[in-house]
Amino acid sequence: MLEVKDLRVSVEDKEILKGLNLTINPGEVHAIMGPNGAGKSTLSAVIAGRDGYEVTGGSITFEGEDVLDMEIEDRARAGLLLGFQYPVEIPGVKNVYLLKAALNAKREHLGLPEIEAPEFMKLVREKLQFMKMDSSFLHRSVNEGFSGGEKKRNEILQMLILEPKLALLDEIDSGLDIDALKVVSEGVNSLRDAGRSIVMVTHYQRLLDYIVPDHIHVLSDGKIIKSGDKSLALELEKRGYDWVIEEAAQ
Amino acid sequence: MSLAEFTDQWLSAVTPQISEGPGWLTDLRQGAVEQFAVLGLPHARLENWKYTDVKALAKRNFSLPGTANASADVESLVNKSSLGLDAIRLVFVDGVFSESASTLGDLPAGVQVLPLAKNANAAKPVLGQVAAANFSGFTALNLAGWQDGVLIDLAANAVLEQPVYLQFVATEQENPVLVQPRILIKAGTHAQATIVEHYAGVEEAANLTNVVTEVDLADGANITHYKLQQESAKQYHIASMHIQQKRDSRFTSHNVCLGGKLARQDIQVELSGEGAEVNLNGLYLGNGRQHLDNHTLVNHNAPHTNSNEDYKGILNDRSRGVFNGRAVVHKDAQKIEAHQSNANLLLSDKAEIDTKPELEIYADDVKCSHGSTTGQLDENALFALRSRGLGEEMARGLLTLAFANEVIDRIEIPAVHDRLEDAVAGRLPEKFNLKGLV
Repeated sequence: MLEVKDLRVSVEDKEILKGLNLTINPGEVHAIMGPNGAGKSTLSAVIAGRDGYEVTGGSITFEGEDVLDMEIEDRARAGLLLGFQYPVEIPGVKNVYLLKAALNAKREHLGLPEIEAPEFMKLVREKLQFMKMDSSFLHRSVNEGFSGGEKKRNEILQMLILEPKLALLDEIDSGLDIDALKVVSEGVNSLRDAGRSIVMVTHYQRLLDYIVPDHIHVLSDGKIIKSGDKSLALELEKRGYDWVIEEAAQ
Repeated sequence: MSLAEFTDQWLSAVTPQISEGPGWLTDLRQGAVEQFAVLGLPHARLENWKYTDVKALAKRNFSLPGTANASADVESLVNKSSLGLDAIRLVFVDGVFSESASTLGDLPAGVQVLPLAKNANAAKPVLGQVAAANFSGFTALNLAGWQDGVLIDLAANAVLEQPVYLQFVATEQENPVLVQPRILIKAGTHAQATIVEHYAGVEEAANLTNVVTEVDLADGANITHYKLQQESAKQYHIASMHIQQKRDSRFTSHNVCLGGKLARQDIQVELSGEGAEVNLNGLYLGNGRQHLDNHTLVNHNAPHTNSNEDYKGILNDRSRGVFNGRAVVHKDAQKIEAHQSNANLLLSDKAEIDTKPELEIYADDVKCSHGSTTGQLDENALFALRSRGLGEEMARGLLTLAFANEVIDRIEIPAVHDRLEDAVAGRLPEKFNLKGLV
């Protein structure tokens, strides 16, 4: 579904990703871990299309399409959604406008008509309930004045409504207390589906207790230096990253 | 024809008004005629009219409106343009009070809401007390020739729960008409009320509205005033509002300017008692070749007075905005706070804004701030919206609407809030594609 080949990315002339390879198949859940500064957030940002990142080599394809050639909104419409580490506050834009506009953009892409208002409200209410969010939230501005936990729940709510083919979650667990982490994880787990892939970028093994991945990758100094199954996370938890880095250097 | 000759013509246009009504009023009007003869129409050499040229007005021949147009078309127009709020409602069609369209209802004790033409004598203690006839040629012209309007008189401690909705509807006339309403609001000690001044009409209406509003707040009075200007793109709209505030009174103004070919709003506030506070919120949105001018002046005449001003502008196409916010802190007006901000979004290369916040301070223990920005949309927010699949134009549209909503969201009457948000969304460029979303 997602194929990253020999990806090289620079930020202000400094090379951050140095030939990264990653293959995500439909239905798989992947976790990308690694020390600070390894390039985890750069990878998410480049896949989503954020400005300020220069791709100097390699490719990213999503269902065979060249992602780097797609507009930001076209990536989302095609089913590639990024959950932000730091969701942006957008004063004056109501959540309900964002959700409706985003869903209709996707439907238009699929050749479907705009969703009818009652059907939309039913869908939104159901997902709100699942994420333990109050319906007054719909008429609040996007993330404005939200706590860290509320912002992350909002990211997952958007995922539940937009049903991406691939959800890329950038440090979705950062800043969450255990209760919020449980709600967020339940939301993500409900997205698990044979046709859908999930990629989690995280700093902490704790998240993987709640969302159990099929594959774990260690990203260090701009490359994936080790991959394994979920047992790798436990080993990293116990032994840290240094042994992997040393092993890779040999 | 020269401007002076037009001055004469306008004066002759208002002449029938002068001899009508009681003697004291004729004297007052006659005095205003003399003021207007001296002042004439404002011209670009006046600092306050530097950016707004009303010469084009002198090239037009305005006549006086006759009796209220009471056709079925007008009735449906009145209903269509209504904000639909639960209110004491007075409807004016081309400046003439329409009794049949109005709903005065039962007023609480101590509250009078009177159409002005029929109740001129009741206005005697109020008329011209707050607005100086010589504020500009337009103010003089209004005093000389106002046709109708309203007096809202609140006795001490009177609280009006329902808003007073003044609906001004412009129709298409064979000859453009000069519509001159006068609005008088007198609030006694601790009286409280909300007043909505609304101007709308048919697209073909090409009249001149020249309105003067006077607001007199006694100690502790609290008035919220909405001015919603949605006239046609052919209308000329000149308005000045004058507010006199005594001790501990509070006046809040929401001034939304969407319509008019040329629109000029002056707001003048005199904070003359300790503890008086004024809040001025404003939004202007220009399309096509609209020219929208807002001038505000706050005089801090007493210590411990506060003023807060937040005006936002969105200018598209070849429209032009003018903002001038002036706060003057007079000698001995210590411990005051005056804050002003004016932010603008230009949606096209050909749109223009002339903005000038001004502070003049003659006291030494004051807290003041002012600033103006002409900015771009937040790139991070734009990315966040696009990353959910929204097209770039729609994302820009939502953020532009959000900018306007910072002002609109302060509107406390839900019906007015929703209608205005719709109206603003509907006036943003079509490429934003906000229809059906908001």
